Amino acid sequence: MTAALRDALLSAAVALGLFAPLVGLAMDNGDQGLVLRTRPLAAGIMVALVFFGRLGMHLWVARPGREARAVRRSIAVPKAASKYIAPALLIAAVLLPLSGSRYYVDLATLVLTYIMLGWGLNIVVGLAGLLDLGYVAFYAVGAYSYALLAETFGLGFWTCLPLAGILAAFAGVLLGFPVLRLRGDYLAIVTLAFGEIVRVVLINWVDFTHGPNGITDIPRPTLFGLRFSNDEGSDTVAAFFGIEAQTIHRVVFLYYLILALALLTNWVTLRLRRLPLGRAWEALREDEIACRSLGIDVTKTKLTAFATGALFGGFAGAFFATRQAFISPESFTFIESATVLAIVVLGGLGSQLGVALAALVMVGGLEMLRDLLSTIGEHMGSELFSGLAGDLPTYRMLIFGLALVAMMVMRPRGLVSGRTATATLGRQDA
Amino acid sequence: MQQLINGITLGTIYGLIAVGYTMVYGIVGMINFAHGDIFMVGSFLSLIALLGLAALGVTSVPLALALTLIFAAGLAALYGWTVERIAYRPLRGSFRLAPLISAIGMSIVLQNFVQVGQGARVKPMDALIPGGIELMNQGGFAVQLSWMQIAIVATTLLVLAVFTWLVTATPLGRSMRACEQDIRMAGLLGIDTDRTIGLTFVIGAALAAVAGLLFLLYYGVIDFFIGFLAGVKAFTAAVLGGIGSLPGAVLGGLLIGLIEVFWSAYFSVAYKDVAAFAILILVLIFRPSGIMGRAEVEKV
Repeated sequence: MTAALRDALLSAAVALGLFAPLVGLAMDNGDQGLVLRTRPLAAGIMVALVFFGRLGMHLWVARPGREARAVRRSIAVPKAASKYIAPALLIAAVLLPLSGSRYYVDLATLVLTYIMLGWGLNIVVGLAGLLDLGYVAFYAVGAYSYALLAETFGLGFWTCLPLAGILAAFAGVLLGFPVLRLRGDYLAIVTLAFGEIVRVVLINWVDFTHGPNGITDIPRPTLFGLRFSNDEGSDTVAAFFGIEAQTIHRVVFLYYLILALALLTNWVTLRLRRLPLGRAWEALREDEIACRSLGIDVTKTKLTAFATGALFGGFAGAFFATRQAFISPESFTFIESATVLAIVVLGGLGSQLGVALAALVMVGGLEMLRDLLSTIGEHMGSELFSGLAGDLPTYRMLIFGLALVAMMVMRPRGLVSGRTATATLGRQDA
Repeated sequence: MQQLINGITLGTIYGLIAVGYTMVYGIVGMINFAHGDIFMVGSFLSLIALLGLAALGVTSVPLALALTLIFAAGLAALYGWTVERIAYRPLRGSFRLAPLISAIGMSIVLQNFVQVGQGARVKPMDALIPGGIELMNQGGFAVQLSWMQIAIVATTLLVLAVFTWLVTATPLGRSMRACEQDIRMAGLLGIDTDRTIGLTFVIGAALAAVAGLLFLLYYGVIDFFIGFLAGVKAFTAAVLGGIGSLPGAVLGGLLIGLIEVFWSAYFSVAYKDVAAFAILILVLIFRPSGIMGRAEVEKV
């Protein structure tokens, strides 16, 4: 007890050092330069949190026997439930537009975009074990491919979708070639640099990409040549089916489109995992040297992983462009790469279901929490809730970062562990 | 000539950050992704200290700078220690991507922590040491050496001298070098490796904070995102100089600073960051061991 108390006090002292200047003192941009403002309460709360958190950790968590039980429980639950969760999620996803709520369909479209990106990145990071910090580059290549092809040659969405994917895959191979020789952490930095190069080029090559202004009026996708539009043309969906034109039709159509694309990604990944290529990816992840000794072509294996991951990133990018109808380099920052990576890591590096759940919680959950808080704030007329809702996007990345660290420290194999090899000899220990 | 001076000034700042990367990599074998953000935190701590000292009525500029240096380096060192304790120490012996992912998480945490705590707007500051000397003047092209640049280079040299003494002549330096050569053997010989690694992070963070202060003085503008670019460039410097080599890191920093300044002056300002990234990729492809590093043989 005394030891716990002393340790907690020590932690609190460290926390005081950490938080006193950066939380306790705030710099405000005043009229005449910066003004210091003191916030003793905020710093005090943080320090107190650390103190009691540390004390609580000693008194409850560290009790013998407790940890072992907790670990066993958390592994057992996903094993049994995952058989039912995936079909249930799928049914829910297919039926969702029947609710008729535009808000939920829009939100689900966003979540599905991240699920698709997560599954795409999962091929590179989760299966092949190549840490890619510049995944957003492929997303950007896909989005700009579609936007520029549509603008320059007037091509439609369905022609451009494969083209965008192929161009992104080319970008993947382009990145893959020079980095073949690099080990894990160097590779991560180079892919990061690649992502930044793509973004800087998009900003500065004004003649080609319109620079920071972005591209506007990107055409919407059509349903077998029928447009989703409110105008009086004969080639609109509404005119063809003889129904009243509504914006929600297009929203629902886009939703099913991304659902189909995401399911395609999932299906291809699952099939690839059973091919020799997929097995080679997993072998590469576990041990590159052993892999090479066994006669696996490491070059080919790495390049296909990059290309396949990039392909789906490109599809997702083209979808993003057509949904937003506007893209600019702003949308393709490192933060996006980090978000997708966080989703893949939280999902458990290699688990398809885990990625879907992580995206649902991290993107959809936070978005809904914000709306919930602002609704409560409006109803109660309380400043506190509205303020919290407004701050939530700022805290979102903070939560992401903390989750990444916590995940690595506590369960490095992910929430739903899927890192077990698909093919093993003999009995398999999870 | 003017570009040379500017490049050296910028290069010393990168060099200071690069030393932190290379030290950690030499000992633990991981890229401390959050190092650039420690630099950013150091920069913010410096600005807060300068404002606080001004409010307390300290008017002497050298005294204020010295106090700020100590304050920022000390607290940033505390940040470095905490980051290591929370995010890296529990992961020793985990699979190889785990510390890197954790480091990325820590980097995001630090950035957003400062953004939440201090606001997202850029923080401007007036120049503390105005003026300078004119070295030569040929037909209207004046070569300026400002007092600020002299101060920056002098501070760097001083800090690096202290640091070199620390590494070569103290027991701590000896155990650090032992850990770098073979961490298991060092542990067997009675060196507290956890403590040594912790102190490595502390020293690296303090150096980064000094770089943060110098950056603040040189540019006069900081925001919560500066750590990202400066971090990548300093990492490039460390790789260019040969990762694990301390003089190599400083040399690499100078080279990167010079390249960036000359590139901006003669080619295009817009693509100066691309230049740094391109160098990183080229060095890693053609000479992964850098200028002063030794080739590493990977064994099973």
